Amino acid sequence: MKKTNRETIITAAVLLVVLIGAFALDAALPSYHIAIKVVKKACVYSLVAVSMNLLNGFTGLFSLGQAGFMLLGAYSYAVLCIPVAKRAGVYQYFDGGLVQFSLPEIFSGVLGGTVGPVVGMLCALLVGGLIAALCAYLIGLPVLRLKSDYLAIATLGFAEILRAFFQWNALGPLTNGSNLLKNYPDLGGAAAYVILVGLFIAVILLLVNSTYGRAFMAIRDDEVAAEAMGINLAHHKRLAFIISSFFAGIGGGMLAMYMGTVQALSFKSAMTYEILLIVVMGGIGSITGSVLTSFLYIASLEWLLRGLDSGTFLGISSPIFKNGFRMAIVSVIIMVVVLFFRKGIMGDRELPDLFRKKAKKEEVSGNE
Amino acid sequence: MLKIENLQVAYGGIQALRGIDLEVPDGKIVTLIGANGAGKSTTLRTISGLVKAKAGSITYDGQELLGKPINQILEAGVAQVPEGRRVFANLTVLENLKAGAYLRKDKDGIKKDIQWVYELFPRLEERSWQLAGTLSGGEQQMLAVGRGLMSRPKVLMMDEPSLGLAPLVVQGIFDIIREINKQGVTILLIEQNANMALKTADIAYVLETGRITLSGTGAELLANESVKEAYLGKKRK
Repeated sequence: MKKTNRETIITAAVLLVVLIGAFALDAALPSYHIAIKVVKKACVYSLVAVSMNLLNGFTGLFSLGQAGFMLLGAYSYAVLCIPVAKRAGVYQYFDGGLVQFSLPEIFSGVLGGTVGPVVGMLCALLVGGLIAALCAYLIGLPVLRLKSDYLAIATLGFAEILRAFFQWNALGPLTNGSNLLKNYPDLGGAAAYVILVGLFIAVILLLVNSTYGRAFMAIRDDEVAAEAMGINLAHHKRLAFIISSFFAGIGGGMLAMYMGTVQALSFKSAMTYEILLIVVMGGIGSITGSVLTSFLYIASLEWLLRGLDSGTFLGISSPIFKNGFRMAIVSVIIMVVVLFFRKGIMGDRELPDLFRKKAKKEEVSGNE
Repeated sequence: MLKIENLQVAYGGIQALRGIDLEVPDGKIVTLIGANGAGKSTTLRTISGLVKAKAGSITYDGQELLGKPINQILEAGVAQVPEGRRVFANLTVLENLKAGAYLRKDKDGIKKDIQWVYELFPRLEERSWQLAGTLSGGEQQMLAVGRGLMSRPKVLMMDEPSLGLAPLVVQGIFDIIREINKQGVTILLIEQNANMALKTADIAYVLETGRITLSGTGAELLANESVKEAYLGKKRK
């Protein structure tokens, strides 16, 4: 038991350092600084990647509907949070829209101007998650009878249909058609994102380590044996699908507040593939892997490798450093990572596992 | 007592069981032997609720099991060790055992039973943190049996526990089966290894193309001429 304690303490310390780091970033840098943007986006991607990992990695259901559920969350958040005064401007083609209230404003009326808006925003996020979960329940009824590739195709199709549906003009009073939703508030800086995503991931972690989590993994490893143990396959698959979609919906809402504007067009299947890439590279079945890879992926794509597109990278100027060259390099890096880490960067290990043997400490200091 | 009467099962148009009757008295080891396709696994899978029956009845202590969902059959005390071991390869040994106790809520009882399984299989305790997929075939079979025991069954049904194991390991598995039986668990054993199964069993049934053709004590069937010829490899004169 003492050994476990040591690992837990080190893990907690690492997480604390990450949190303090986020607060320090907020304090030291202006909110539009790229470092803060990267942390925020990476947090959102972490949450979505972990939610996808719960389904694809822990339960073994190969679903590609993540972008669709994110879209539901993003729209719910935006629609519920645009201030009433600004609705006329946002919904200019639809007479100010159908929804004529704003959760942050309602709650600030009840709870005061500082706590209220935050509570309102969190509620909007939860509503987005619940709508995504409800949708997952309905979609899951027919779709979860399918297996592997077929399930992937069906869920992918669902996400694409949803995207087209949200752009439909007849839904304009609610979704603003194919126009942007904007002017809704953001939760705060990097620290707020880290705390919120940390909480959600902690909930997923508790779930994975519970009896339910074991049942999910048992289903992944062997459906027949799992059934023989009395595990209700249909029930648990549905549960995993709903929970995963719930957190994808919340992740979508957070992506909306990070981006500042929402448009159905941006929730393409390419977004799902991006997240699938993160899950696979991080290690299927490792939550730490998904989080770590989200940060590495977003940081290199959005920040560190930018120079490759704009002419100068690491002080070297070259005419081949033009728009799009960055993506070529990213592809090469991904191939190298996949070649050298066959089971992803983390395999199926988690953060505390790294401290079980002494040798691996350096790897983790790059966590933030 | 587990009692099966006139059990008929069909896969599409193919009649796998053509009405079998058998009894598994409490505290005994009962074996079901037969060739490939005779319907042994189907019998077992029907009892555990994985396969639906066409007609007949399966009762345990008078309680009808046929048509009930798998979890209720498990709760009634009838558990299964599936064919081909089927351990959860990416879970640790300990997690596999906990998965076996999935339907139970009594934490202390589960802890006690994990210790019980470790006493039966000390090898598993040594490897409790190892992933099940990295165990040897014999150890995986031990784990599959241990996992089956974790639901605290009154009747444990085993589908070919000797499958693909070395003769010495098979001997070990059958010793364990006797040991588990001594501790009060009724065993329904399905085997192709007729020799070992008949030596171990109190009562034996021979299944051929969906019908029970012979029954008796293990020793009786061991001595039976037609069993010798068909399953034990009797020398031709």
